[in-house]
Amino acid sequence: LRKNVEDFTGPRERSDLGFVTFDITADILNGKNDFCSIFDWNVKQLFLYLSAEYSTKNNALNQVVLWDKIMLRGENPRLFLKDMKSKYFFFDDGNGLKGNRNVTLTLSWNVVPNAGILPLVTGSGHVSVPFPDTYETTKSY
Amino acid sequence: FGDLRRMNKRQLYYQVLNFAMIVSSALMIWKGLIVITGSESPIVVVLSGSMEPAFHRGDLLFLTNFHDDPIRAGEIVVFKVEGRDIPIVHRVIKIHEKENGNIKFLTKGDNNEVDDRGLYKEGQNWLEKKDVVGRARGFLPYVGMVTIIMNDYPKFKYALLAVMGAYVLLKRES
Repeated sequence: LRKNVEDFTGPRERSDLGFVTFDITADILNGKNDFCSIFDWNVKQLFLYLSAEYSTKNNALNQVVLWDKIMLRGENPRLFLKDMKSKYFFFDDGNGLKGNRNVTLTLSWNVVPNAGILPLVTGSGHVSVPFPDTYETTKSY
Repeated sequence: FGDLRRMNKRQLYYQVLNFAMIVSSALMIWKGLIVITGSESPIVVVLSGSMEPAFHRGDLLFLTNFHDDPIRAGEIVVFKVEGRDIPIVHRVIKIHEKENGNIKFLTKGDNNEVDDRGLYKEGQNWLEKKDVVGRARGFLPYVGMVTIIMNDYPKFKYALLAVMGAYVLLKRES
């Protein structure tokens, strides 16, 4: 799984707002790591989500879901998404995004069975996104 | 009712005791589940369509609420808004956790356009651990429909109880 991103922070009165654009490529590897093999007879759907994880002065751990997608059984299990914008506003609780070098984006998914246990799986491969030290005032989103 | 008159008092008391044992065992199993899972309500029925297509109205969810289980983004939690009795099943989309473990988080139904801030109490912007009833660990489809039918049609519930009561009281072990 590969992600490429570009980002900047925007000014807000009290909390940092981050903007991230990204690409997602779900590679079909050696049959063990692709989505095809996850869809067995008991899997109804996968709930995929891209989350950003980072720590700030205010909070030791922050996780924000930027984007999600429901992949039903029978849908194309390969993902080739380019230049996606985040679905949800990436607000921090405070001003912890400015200059934060260690924001990690990970793709995870929730396996929803026809009946049974609901596991949460994190994809292998994650991308670190450093946020710039200054605010941008003119970029439009 | 011919049967009922023919039984003497002793048999009647015996039947009532039998019935009480069944009810007590059921209660014990339920309490046992509460202890094992750590959740005050380890089995809940999905009441709305806000988590479709994963869960539909009438599905049954099995919850755990272990104290040391951290709340992480992407998990499906069942929570109650302060002051309201109805449990809501939605997904955690944002968490901010302090070093001492204090956590505040935001939820949203998969099938909803917006997050749950509109559902929280007036002025409340985040949920906390104390609002959580449990985390969804497993589920069975359709099984919870019986509860919904009983809620929507109380006459059905009374009829069912009457039939069950009559059966247990009149059944005799030979």
